[in-house]
Amino acid sequence: MNGLALALRQIRYENRAFWRNPPAAFFTFAFPLIFMVIFNVLFGEGASAFFTPAIIVFSVITATYTNLAMTVTIARDEGILKRIRGTPLPPWAYLAGRIGHAIVIGFLLVVIVAGFGAIAYGVEIPWAVMPTVLLVLVVGSASFSAIGLAVTGLIPNSDAAPAVVNATILPVLFISNVFIPIENAPAWVDAVSHILPVRHFADAMLGLYAAGSAADFPWQELGVMAGWGLIGVIGALRFFSWEPRR
Amino acid sequence: MTLADAAIDLRGLRKTYGSLEAVRGIDLRVERGEVFALLGPNGAGKTTTVEILEGHRTRTAGEISVLGHDPGRNEPALKRRVGIVLQQTGVDLYLTVREVVEMIAGYYPAPRDVDEVIGLAGLTEQRDQRVKKLSGGQRRRVDLAVALAGDPELLFLDEPTTGFDPSARRQAWETVRGLTALGKTIFLTTHFMDEAQALADRLAIIADGQIVASGTADELIGATSAATRIRFRLPDGAIPPDAAGARVAGSAWEIETDAPTRALNLLTGWALETETPIGDLEVNRRSLEDVYLQLTADAEATE
Repeated sequence: MNGLALALRQIRYENRAFWRNPPAAFFTFAFPLIFMVIFNVLFGEGASAFFTPAIIVFSVITATYTNLAMTVTIARDEGILKRIRGTPLPPWAYLAGRIGHAIVIGFLLVVIVAGFGAIAYGVEIPWAVMPTVLLVLVVGSASFSAIGLAVTGLIPNSDAAPAVVNATILPVLFISNVFIPIENAPAWVDAVSHILPVRHFADAMLGLYAAGSAADFPWQELGVMAGWGLIGVIGALRFFSWEPRR
Repeated sequence: MTLADAAIDLRGLRKTYGSLEAVRGIDLRVERGEVFALLGPNGAGKTTTVEILEGHRTRTAGEISVLGHDPGRNEPALKRRVGIVLQQTGVDLYLTVREVVEMIAGYYPAPRDVDEVIGLAGLTEQRDQRVKKLSGGQRRRVDLAVALAGDPELLFLDEPTTGFDPSARRQAWETVRGLTALGKTIFLTTHFMDEAQALADRLAIIADGQIVASGTADELIGATSAATRIRFRLPDGAIPPDAAGARVAGSAWEIETDAPTRALNLLTGWALETETPIGDLEVNRRSLEDVYLQLTADAEATE
């Protein structure tokens, strides 16, 4: 089998194992919806036009960045990574399998959140710009997967994983137009959020949802996300470890 | 024979972690088809050595050939021919035994039949159970099954029975003997003397990062001065003849000798003559354990 076939095969095994832990699977899918309902209740009816695309972005980030940084760190502590390293499976094929599975889950979440937004809140899915929406989702999920893998290199062990992952992503979500519309934020917060990739992911998705075919093609947003993705890849190549640091 | 003919050939292997010298100049040779045990106390450098051979760790110095390859290069060509049972490893707990073995087997060009591998590891009954449901000993068997999945020529077993109960250990030994019948070369590390003695064709004792003895178990036992130990009790006040070389050992007497026939003859002759009853007479060959304890203690003393 060539590497690509092995990577696809690895996605299937990851996927099979994932669905065999139903509580974990259920809450993976319920989590973004819970946020969506709460935000809509708290911010009122008109908020759903904002929160549908915002929670789509949140879903992709949770499925890729958060999920990979946590599960890869745990697999590393359990010795799963070290075992794989002792087999002839190309390391990239294994990681591609994990990333592929994360992206599959992320896309399922996107479909659920977009569907829920359309049915429950009447937020129209932007079919007119669907290719651009898909491109933003692909670049976003790939970039946040790469950053998630890079971060595992900075997490010493799985006990530290939740703290590191939450502390790196939650504040950024709050200042990046995802959990709260950012229009009234101080200028410096706005400036900081523009350096980071989450803001660009959110702005691209919000723009496409709001303006549909009238939206500008999000060159700048895609560029910044891809740039961060590249930093993630370089960081992962530099810092990724197959064994925990004890 | 050249370097490449042996399954493993190690020359001058050194590994330092900062100022700590974990391995200080090891030479080893393991022939194809043999079971070789690296025996030593915890912290002696066993795992460092085996993990360098497996390619999991880099070396500071030395020449290594594993099946003709340098494991430091991480070549898939070598990994296809080697199976590894690490001390601590995980598999996906939500997959069944069969799925795990099948998944790993798919990484190899010519894997062994999945059900056969599961049978070799003694997991046929647990085949369709998820790994999560298995006991600790059964999970260790999964490790073995996974290591065998690719039908390796050379198998590394790093302390394979640590934490096993005695009957599970015996079963594991039977499994290892079954593997040698398949012509596999096995490199085993252990701190159990009986395990090394039961399984290994040849063994090396490592202490403080150096090989302090190597050979067959018989050679190691024979190489140290007094290979036989005679123990017995005498009534209070009775003293055996000086020529027997006996000394007091606790509440009994002990003779350590290379000429047990002569020593016994002297002792029993004297007992018959003086009508002294000899109690609890034991004649034992020194065990590998005695040799091991002596050698590892010597290594510590020279520190």
